[in-house]
Amino acid sequence: MAKILEMKHITKQFPGVLANDDVNLSVEQGEVHTLLGENGAGKSTLMNILCGLYHPTSGEIWLEGQKVRFSSAKDAMNRGIGMVHQHFMLIPSLTVVENCLIGAKSKSVVKLDLAGAAQKLSALAEEYNMNLDPMARVEDLSVGACQRAEIIKALFRGAKILILDEPTAVLTPQETDELFNMVRKLTNSGFTVLFISHKLNEVKEISNSITILRQGRSVDTVKNEDLSVNELARLMVGREVDMTVTRHETDQSKAMLTVSHLTLGHPSGNRLLNDVSFEVHKGEIFGIAGVDGNGQSELVECLTGLRKATSGTAVYKDLDLAKSSTREIMKKGVSHVPQDRQKSGLILSMNLAENMILQDYYQPEFGKGPMLNWKYINEYTDKLLKDFQVKAPSRFELAQNLSGGNQQKVIIAREVSREPGLLIAMHPTRGVDVGAIEYIHKRIVEERDAGRAVLLVSTELEEVLKLSDRVAVMYEGEIMGVVRPKEVTVEEMGLMMGGQRREAPQAAG
Amino acid sequence: MQQFDKVKFRNNMSLAARQIAISALAVIAALAISMIVVAAMGVNPAKAMSKMISGALGGKSAVAETLVKMTPLLFTGMSYALANRCGLTNIGMEGQLYIGALTATIAGVYIQGLPMVIHLPLTMLAGFLGGGIWGGVVGVLKVKFGANEIITTVMLNTVATNLVQYMVTGPITEPPGDDAQSSPLLDSATLPTILKGTRAHLGILIALLFVVAFYLFLWKSKKGYEIRVSGQNPDAAIYSGINTGRNIMIVMLLAGGLAGLAGATEVMGVQGRLFPTVSPGYGFDGIAVSLIGANTAPGIVAGAFLFGILRAGGNSMQRATGVPVAIISVIQAIVILMVVATGFLREGGFRKKKTSQKAA
Amino acid sequence: MSPINLIGGLITSDLRMATPILLAALGLLIMNRAGLINIGCEGIMLMSAFTAVAATYALHNVWLGMLCAMLVAGVMGALFALLTVSLRANQIVVGVAFNTLGTGLSTVLYRMLFGMDFVSVKEYAFSRVSIPGLKELPLIGEALFDQMPIVYLAFLLVPVVAYFLFRTPTGLNLRSVGENPRAADTLGIDVYKMRYAATIAGCMLMGMGGAFLSTGLLNSFQEGMTANRGFIALAAVIFGKYKPKGVMLATMLFALGLAVANLLPSIGSNIPYNFVTMIPYLLTVVALAGFVGKVTPPAAAGKPYKKG
Repeated sequence: MAKILEMKHITKQFPGVLANDDVNLSVEQGEVHTLLGENGAGKSTLMNILCGLYHPTSGEIWLEGQKVRFSSAKDAMNRGIGMVHQHFMLIPSLTVVENCLIGAKSKSVVKLDLAGAAQKLSALAEEYNMNLDPMARVEDLSVGACQRAEIIKALFRGAKILILDEPTAVLTPQETDELFNMVRKLTNSGFTVLFISHKLNEVKEISNSITILRQGRSVDTVKNEDLSVNELARLMVGREVDMTVTRHETDQSKAMLTVSHLTLGHPSGNRLLNDVSFEVHKGEIFGIAGVDGNGQSELVECLTGLRKATSGTAVYKDLDLAKSSTREIMKKGVSHVPQDRQKSGLILSMNLAENMILQDYYQPEFGKGPMLNWKYINEYTDKLLKDFQVKAPSRFELAQNLSGGNQQKVIIAREVSREPGLLIAMHPTRGVDVGAIEYIHKRIVEERDAGRAVLLVSTELEEVLKLSDRVAVMYEGEIMGVVRPKEVTVEEMGLMMGGQRREAPQAAG
Repeated sequence: MQQFDKVKFRNNMSLAARQIAISALAVIAALAISMIVVAAMGVNPAKAMSKMISGALGGKSAVAETLVKMTPLLFTGMSYALANRCGLTNIGMEGQLYIGALTATIAGVYIQGLPMVIHLPLTMLAGFLGGGIWGGVVGVLKVKFGANEIITTVMLNTVATNLVQYMVTGPITEPPGDDAQSSPLLDSATLPTILKGTRAHLGILIALLFVVAFYLFLWKSKKGYEIRVSGQNPDAAIYSGINTGRNIMIVMLLAGGLAGLAGATEVMGVQGRLFPTVSPGYGFDGIAVSLIGANTAPGIVAGAFLFGILRAGGNSMQRATGVPVAIISVIQAIVILMVVATGFLREGGFRKKKTSQKAA
Repeated sequence: MSPINLIGGLITSDLRMATPILLAALGLLIMNRAGLINIGCEGIMLMSAFTAVAATYALHNVWLGMLCAMLVAGVMGALFALLTVSLRANQIVVGVAFNTLGTGLSTVLYRMLFGMDFVSVKEYAFSRVSIPGLKELPLIGEALFDQMPIVYLAFLLVPVVAYFLFRTPTGLNLRSVGENPRAADTLGIDVYKMRYAATIAGCMLMGMGGAFLSTGLLNSFQEGMTANRGFIALAAVIFGKYKPKGVMLATMLFALGLAVANLLPSIGSNIPYNFVTMIPYLLTVVALAGFVGKVTPPAAAGKPYKKG
């Protein structure tokens, strides 16, 4: 087969960050070529260069044997490169067909040919077994349908090379299967697919070739059949990571949080949470697994006062979290490591001392009456920065200047130092370097060993299974089953994550 | 400890230095451009400049005049800065100022028989409350009904000026109603002068006191911390249980109140009664003051001083050279445009982080 | 005056007074749809009102005067775009500065050129285009068939702008920039170019409105003569829910307020003038608060966009 695309010695320097460092990529026509790498390995940067959004600092792109230079996304698109971004680039208030026509070449400058385009879209959808109504408004579509709309948009605009950026992150296993069928159909018809992922099993399933990126460099390009999953994992991470954690026996007889029949309705009628019930015990890590977007965020929001549940209760001590305000809940000794540290966990433009008091600034500890005691706050911050091994020049550093791992440590320090009765941690290690992951895991287990109740929500199956005493799997707002990690296979977990109920949730011991 | 403080010192200094450099540059550029306009009018720019400066700083009464112009600017500058610190854009200071002037006038004219120690603060309070309610309405509309504060404040400006026009020609016009003006404020509600033989009145000292309170409130108090968190990252504020909606209403009330005080001090210290045009645009000048001062207390004092000079000196420049005082508006506009145009220089530190985030 | 004449006259003056506001509002609408909020409409209208008078006076042609005014407004639009699009300055603050600039500069320049004299350009005013026969119709004859060409033009622009925004490829691209500039960017639309174009075109329409105000309605320039019409236009765009037809109806409603307010003293009413002039602003506040149905602005309105 012919080389359809070659990227040679691509380097991309952002101020202060070398995102791509001498990356090479060589793709054959009609294959599924995977870019494999951890978060921050430089996959997205490379693909943004390919589709004309970034300009490389140095390096060359060759397309079908010709050297090309893209000065805009339009250039790349005109040369047949279409990208489906992780965050969909669709405009909700417009229809699918309008979305497809934005920026497209048009026969007439005065007339927008909606009907003709819709016909063409329907034909494309039929050809590749996609179920999609071109006249539907995007805001009314499901996530899977939005993705199909994105793919069809790229095809409509003449893409020959289709880039799919982490397309399965938002899909159920069944939807993923559908997507993969579609991808196979496309490659059979001569399209080339660049697939970005860090999910090893999916990579094994769909790829012909795999290029592994690590810390901005291309490590190797291999044929899929030449390497095992374990070898791929080793290439991706680059070193053997000791992922075992030591934990102590704890007394888990007392329930700290009792969630019963928690339900959250949505104006559209479907339920974001449906009759969710579970208990989290003292000295226990209770994990919640599942694909992103199956009600985990909503569950945590209901437990932390950020949303009011429609019905049901969640009792912690004598407080019904489902009906309380955030402030009441936090005062009662609940700590919350939020899912997105930059969005809500930190005030990036403020310094570390100001960030460290975010949960408790109103307590007398930090100042009498209406005023703050900065002298005490500064000392307090220094102590926590030291205790939690935060790498920062000083407490006056702005939070935005810290690395992801150190930002997360600041949040962990703030939340754990409150000595909570219940610690709710959501995606505590998302986008964090390996060293920090180990440290954060250790701190979470220490909290458990100290007799606190921990609710751990994560989409990283490994993380949940390794840390938790018991794991619940959520699917479309419901709990599919509660299991002990040692008594369950990954396949069984996968089935639950895909919506198959497992009977008889086990009682706590 | 020692080393940490050094770092802080250095950070603060470089930030402050950059800010001062940008503001100074903007002012110099704006002055240069407007002097070109002056030269085009056939007036010697050097003469115009010197007339302006001597009119603002040359002698006791000139300085007093600058202080007079500075007073409302301090209040409106603080008003904009306070709202901005909470993530709000208060374009409605002009209207809040008008209403503050109106309510202060009513209190100062119609509440009779009180000694000055009671009547004076009461009149100021009336001005504060009038402006505060006018601003607070915006806060309520935003929080309870989702109405964008930028547009509502713009709309309410015009409503306020119309309302004042109506009041001084109707209900509170000075009998017999020949002129569009209110009766004069009682002596007990008039701000005393602080420099004999000049117009400089107690208002400037009150305004400076408010600047100190402004600083303590925002940077040393728990409520101020809440407000800054709400402004910098509303999601983090909600996450920590801060009632952002209530804070928006409080801030709009306080910001409106500050602008209202600008109006109150104008009628109580300068004009002595309510005219249909209370302010030549002090409400909008507050934006420039706050921008130049980067929403900080010392910066607002410096900004108000600068625009006080322009306002005070502009009049004497017009008298001496015939250059219309409207040129001050032009200078001011150019200053604002220069400051916002160079805003990205100040964000130097931000840029690095933003791109690296994207790279991840 | 008979009631028919009175109402007929009211409609005539309503359409005439609505014209400058409608032109400005359509300009603001185009900018809004591309994601730009321009509070500085008032300042732009003032500058162009001045320019129109000065240029008409110098060139002895009211059409050339209007053209000059539109050019000046276009230049101001380019400056607005430079600051808010390329340099990503806060649109609101720039708009406020434009108002201050427009007020100050138009006054300074007028005094520079004419001193304190009153300059009338009545002799070059737009002549009415009337359609014989139809013009004689009762009630609406004068309003619809005996107006200055700019009045017809302004109302003709309503369907034109509507067609442009919703039925042409460029209109779709422009709306996409106002809704989600990042998505538009990935689809190969030059967001900056689109916003520059929308700003310059929009400001030129505001300039046309300002020019008609001075040379069409009043035949002269007075300091601060726009008297908040720029803000009424802003209000009309919101009250009209960001749709050309709605904007037109809102402008006509608001202009009716102005026409009635002017009429009040002559019919001996004692409703205060100021109360009537407040109405557009209060109505807009009420609309913003959602009391008259939902008003959804373009999703990216007011937000700067950074490429890459």
